[in-house]
Amino acid sequence: MSLSEEQVRNVARLARLGLDDDQIAEYAGELSNILDVVASLEQADTTDVEPMAHPLDLAARLRADEAVAVQSREDFQAIAPAVAEGVYLVPKVIE
Amino acid sequence: MSDERSIRQLAGDLAAKKLSAVELTDHFLKRIAAHDERLNTLISHSESTARERAAAIDAGTDAGTPLAGVPIAHKDIFCTRGVRTSCGSRMLDNFVAPYDATVVERLAAAGTVSLGKTNMDEFAMGSSNETSFYGAVRNPWHTDYVPGGSSGGSAAAVAAGLVPAATGSDTGGSIRQPAAFCGVTGIKPTYGRVSRYGMIAFASSLDQGGCFARSAEDCAAVLQAMAGFDERDSTSVERAVPDYSAALDAQGDDFLKGMKVGLPKEYFAEGLDDASRQVINAAIAEFEARGAEIVEITLPHTDLAVSTYYVLAPAEASSNLARFDGVRYGYRCDNPVDLEDLYTRSRGEGFGREVQRRIMVGAYVLSAGYYDAYYLKAQKTRRLIARDFSDAFDKVDLIAAPVTQAPAFKLGEKLDDPVSMYLNDVYTLPASLAGLPGMSVPAGFVDGLPVGLQLLAPWFEESRLLGAAHAYQQSTDWHSKRPAGFE
Amino acid sequence: MAWETVIGLEVHIQLATQSKIFSTAPTAYGAEPNTQASAVDIALPGVLPVINGQVIRMATLFGLAIDADIAPKSVFARKHYFYPDLPKGYQISQFELPIVADGHLDIVLPDGTEKRVGITRAHLEEDAGKSLHEAFDRDTGIDLNRAGTPLVECVSEPDMRSAAEAVAYARKLHALVQYLGICDGNMQEGSFRVDANVSVRPGGSTEFGTRTETKNVNSFRFLEKAIEFEVERQIDVLESGGTIVQETRLYDPDADETRSMRSKEEAHDYRYFPDPDLLPVVIDEEFVAAARADLPELPDAKRERFMAEYALGREDAAALTNSRALANYFEATVAAVGGDAATHGKPAANWIMGDLSGALNREGLTIAQSPVSAEQLGGLIARVADNTISGKIGKDVFEALFKGEGESADAIIEAKGLKQITDSGEIEGFVDQVIADNPDQVEQYREGKTKVIGFLVGQVMKASKGKANPKEVNQMMAAKLAE
Repeated sequence: MSLSEEQVRNVARLARLGLDDDQIAEYAGELSNILDVVASLEQADTTDVEPMAHPLDLAARLRADEAVAVQSREDFQAIAPAVAEGVYLVPKVIE
Repeated sequence: MSDERSIRQLAGDLAAKKLSAVELTDHFLKRIAAHDERLNTLISHSESTARERAAAIDAGTDAGTPLAGVPIAHKDIFCTRGVRTSCGSRMLDNFVAPYDATVVERLAAAGTVSLGKTNMDEFAMGSSNETSFYGAVRNPWHTDYVPGGSSGGSAAAVAAGLVPAATGSDTGGSIRQPAAFCGVTGIKPTYGRVSRYGMIAFASSLDQGGCFARSAEDCAAVLQAMAGFDERDSTSVERAVPDYSAALDAQGDDFLKGMKVGLPKEYFAEGLDDASRQVINAAIAEFEARGAEIVEITLPHTDLAVSTYYVLAPAEASSNLARFDGVRYGYRCDNPVDLEDLYTRSRGEGFGREVQRRIMVGAYVLSAGYYDAYYLKAQKTRRLIARDFSDAFDKVDLIAAPVTQAPAFKLGEKLDDPVSMYLNDVYTLPASLAGLPGMSVPAGFVDGLPVGLQLLAPWFEESRLLGAAHAYQQSTDWHSKRPAGFE
Repeated sequence: MAWETVIGLEVHIQLATQSKIFSTAPTAYGAEPNTQASAVDIALPGVLPVINGQVIRMATLFGLAIDADIAPKSVFARKHYFYPDLPKGYQISQFELPIVADGHLDIVLPDGTEKRVGITRAHLEEDAGKSLHEAFDRDTGIDLNRAGTPLVECVSEPDMRSAAEAVAYARKLHALVQYLGICDGNMQEGSFRVDANVSVRPGGSTEFGTRTETKNVNSFRFLEKAIEFEVERQIDVLESGGTIVQETRLYDPDADETRSMRSKEEAHDYRYFPDPDLLPVVIDEEFVAAARADLPELPDAKRERFMAEYALGREDAAALTNSRALANYFEATVAAVGGDAATHGKPAANWIMGDLSGALNREGLTIAQSPVSAEQLGGLIARVADNTISGKIGKDVFEALFKGEGESADAIIEAKGLKQITDSGEIEGFVDQVIADNPDQVEQYREGKTKVIGFLVGQVMKASKGKANPKEVNQMMAAKLAE
């Protein structure tokens, strides 16, 4: 399975990874090699096999609906790259 | 001085005031100061807070706790309030966690003193500790060699005697493999045994916290404090934790008598280095000598583990790492011109190469048109692999196998060849996929480099693993060997 | 060409829980920015979601109320996209295995006929935060208080054929979730958000046309207008030879039009997969039975009961059962009248939907805020029924009650001396006087223009200040004129 540079560009775009052309070319080769390894899955006979999402076959535990006061905003925003008036800032999004 | 004492002995001596916590903490801080420049195992140091905490413990704050005054180091994947938690990444180089992981909280409540945070592969993605933003860790047994990964800093720190125990996490072998490469004892418990809350997620359905120490006995003491139900982790299991240390004491040397130990033939096939094979065979002979019944078993889907893992783990990782977007914390690129620029440059510059590779593989296998062929298929092969183990454990009590095909490799040797790095994990991935508990126990050396014996037990049978390893360590001294220069 | 409109609605119903769906942060509306966003809501590294059981219970109640299947096992999945108000880079939602599937809601059409609208599925998901685009010059601000608020997304079949039908369905759903107590129904605060999928096709065609999705419709009136606009726009495009582009559109109530949201039209690849941090939600029969036992009487059943118990017509019964508060008010009113429910049902319905709702509308009040209690209104109706006052005087008493001029109808009647005159002698005096004062009209009546009796009776009522019993006045006047 070989990935074209165009495909790598699309995946990088999906994952919001800013890569230059050299990186794209390198990754195309590396990702193709990885997908070659992974391709052996095709051969496995999985007829009637249920997908396994978790190692343990358990059901969700449901929490009681009780609200707890939130840790201070200042604690969280002290580590934020850009905040003003209690909100996080990002470059203006034009709708 | 303290190096030869077990954690239980240290805790006992501390409680009896034969030893002060400050004294013990200073001892390890000195060793760190003396040796860590060479090894690079710790990437955040908590000297002053460690001394303050030790002094408080000496003053009686943690009296009655099982590990009062015992020094420890945390893998930098565990969030520590007020201390940088980088996960080995530039992305979190500036991230001072505003909360403690459950594991950190519990070990603190048990009386431990944290000396710092250990180096690791970036976001736990790697088997050599070379993907860390903070540089590679060196193997104390030979500093041209890798310590293994991703918990390489923790394993090397324990091996070099810089700390008596350290936490780790295992997604595909990240505790067992570095434990084997560094000649220390490491345990990855059953998935769900140790809370994942506050442990930065790599692949949520595989990640499991565990620990490193010199011996099984020490691991038992540390795991005891870490394990147990946590209501903040939906995948944490509500199930009583047995008294591991008591189990070791009760069964003692006779633990292996009559125990059926299975050797999966797939783990001894082509690929296993001959010298390592001899070490493993000798260890198995010791098991037999102590009364274990050795039988050959088969885990027929073993060869699907690498491909299964390298679909599922990157898929989950690509999703788990989507939160690192430069908005609320972590790395943000300089002067983003717009939102897209903020995202793509922050993530392009903040993540290292291996992480980017896995994010892209993950995004690809989940993307429209490929999901069924990759992700869904891998979930099915995962079940086949897990079934192999449940079938095997119908016949045997324990599985013994090598941890890796060969001892540690040289720094830089596989860095440019991700696929060969991935294939290196072939013996540790299956148990991770099945969620089983596993250990690596020091079993000997090849050319001066340690070799680990892997032990696997049925789900939630950590006591059995620890008991078997402990019994083995009663009659062997591989676990108490010290690398030259670090005695 | 005759065009047929096809509409399906997707409604986001915000569940009225104390805490969020996956975190313990409170859900209250209107707090200071980011003060109700916990470590889980802002997606700090290492945090994990834990499901709020109340959310599962509420979704089950909803499923039962729309006669749907409750999935014995449902799964939360991650839906990936990057947006600054989506802190994890994915939204936890349900994809392949939603908790509720295959239900329906019966609506009453304007012509009185009933129509069944299919509900494909209703799944649980978490809300995103809010992006504040206007607050700063160069930046967009992000407030994550709303992030993690539990939502049920209810997806209908494309069963509706007009804006009016869509509104009837939306109203019915809106009433239902409030009946169930699972949503406060506040559309302005976004507790009940409707997106309309609209397409048109040539009449008689069985294939669907290309649809658009219109968002940002925060009232029923706007829903109707947005759909009407969109239908007209699509027909115009098609009739002028164009094609409809499948897209998301935004309703602008000021301009009364829908606009394409091209900026969001990048092809999405959400990369759904089961959330590995969450285990499947397993609902057993016991859980469903407990939810069923908690179900209140639902609007349709209540409507049928109102028709039988209070002898109401279908339309009245439907209007009264539209909201649980209104229905409760009605029942309390009839109880306060006392006596036979079937007798007093219709007058009570008339008072409530006539004078009371008129007055409430005038003052911008809801039924819960009514200054006239059900007990007071019942007391008033009783006095009209037993002829203590006339219906006309009753209206004055009602206004007095509404203005808080008295404790009860009786007190107001007493204080204002409004008691009806039933004494025949007194009435006879008024009648004789009116006959004497209006010889022309009396003459006309006797010549056969009998309609003029209305004028004469009116004069009597005027003379008695409305207090004479009109029935008695009528009878007496007719008898006197026939003499």
